[in-house]
Amino acid sequence: MIDLLDKFDAIAGERQAYLDAGGRDPVGVVMSKVLSPTRAIINGRETILMGTYNYMGMTFDPDVIAASEAAVRDFGAGTTGSRSLNGTYTSHRECENALKEFYGTKYAMVFSTGYQANLGVVSTLAGRGDYVILDADSHASIYDGCSMGNADIVRFRHNSVEDLDKRLGRLPAEAGKLVVLEGVYSMLGDIAPLAEMVAVAKRHGAMVLVDEAHAMGFFGEHGRGVTEAAGVEDQVDFIIGTFSKSVGTVGGFCVSNHPKFEALRLVCRPYVFTASLPPAVVASSAVSIRKLMHDHDKRRRLWASTRAMHAGLKARGFTLGTASAESAIIAVIMPDQMTTLAMWQTLLEAGVYVNFARPPATPTGTYLLRCSLCAEHTPGQIAEILAAFDAAAVAVGLTLPAAA
Amino acid sequence: MPARDTIFARIVELIGPLNKKAVPLAEATSFSNDLEMDSLTVMDLVANIEDEWDIVLPLNMLPELETIGQVADAVARLAK
Repeated sequence: MIDLLDKFDAIAGERQAYLDAGGRDPVGVVMSKVLSPTRAIINGRETILMGTYNYMGMTFDPDVIAASEAAVRDFGAGTTGSRSLNGTYTSHRECENALKEFYGTKYAMVFSTGYQANLGVVSTLAGRGDYVILDADSHASIYDGCSMGNADIVRFRHNSVEDLDKRLGRLPAEAGKLVVLEGVYSMLGDIAPLAEMVAVAKRHGAMVLVDEAHAMGFFGEHGRGVTEAAGVEDQVDFIIGTFSKSVGTVGGFCVSNHPKFEALRLVCRPYVFTASLPPAVVASSAVSIRKLMHDHDKRRRLWASTRAMHAGLKARGFTLGTASAESAIIAVIMPDQMTTLAMWQTLLEAGVYVNFARPPATPTGTYLLRCSLCAEHTPGQIAEILAAFDAAAVAVGLTLPAAA
Repeated sequence: MPARDTIFARIVELIGPLNKKAVPLAEATSFSNDLEMDSLTVMDLVANIEDEWDIVLPLNMLPELETIGQVADAVARLAK
């Protein structure tokens, strides 16, 4: 018998060697208690969380928690069924209504995760003979949506309007085309030049889908994302999003004004063939989404903390993913895997949790310590994190060039 | 339409900078097994090949393009 797991020996061995040498597993962090959106207990130590997607700090919002408690009491722990069968409750509809209000769209469809929203929508919209044109740095869920479908997949250089234009120009004029973009790219935290890209896509007769996972809640006047900030809402055909970031729960969605949108509920397999979200999740998401519409104060605080963090790291000479703070993600670019792991562990032991990120999640050859801000981070916490970065860099022997 | 051997020679040139272990580049050289390229590197190489001949090599075609010779065949088929 061929052991089908043998093919993973190399990666498993690499991890084991690292653990045997006393390294702490960067993908094995356990939080034994969560104290607030920005604090948790990890390995018995109170730790500042600087690596979550809790951008708007909604996880402990009293109204969100109250909605969750009421729903679990009144509707039970789970739906035990698909949205298409017994798994749609009033609260699922109510959650979709909240999304329609938030985005000002006619239609909204809630999936069980953001991953499934991309998987389902990308694979279903583009069929045999159609083309999906995606950014090279697209999230795994977009790539997987492409693999699952039958369309031809064309990849353009990250954020290059010129490359998108050139590659669209090579495709047959009569073929169906879906250009897939992200508002914020989650590894380096850079944003897409959406106005230019959407204009190019439309010039070539393509439909446009924008994933706003890392932008919902704090880009644009109504918090609708980079699409709104770039003024192209009326040009974008589909917006994909998630509840697991600014909304603070879990789930995915697609919103649109396309008159035939509802047909997707009949044909989209990752929507049909999975259980719907538990009532507590959709009820609390709906409350959170409605609160996010008006939370200008939190948005202001999130941007202020993000700029402070970016400026602080830059002043210390760290190499960052973007020249200025473009989103709430700040990626510290590290020289190699071992230095990244050592620094990640030193930070954790100093009470600061950031994300360790490596290829293939990151662009080719890039190792990152990724920070993501929360509206609830205090100036004191930012100062503490910056001091921890200083000390950790010294501890691991990371030479920093003169401050920019 | 460019000749198959011209295409092959140019692909070998494009692979050059990515051939870190100086593996001999032949018709049957495999991108994953011999050159040990990860999927991101292969996709970046494909983008360069597309630009060289102004063609479209969709990502879904990649599983069938395991060796340099197979890529040269695909380019020869698509290039005008």
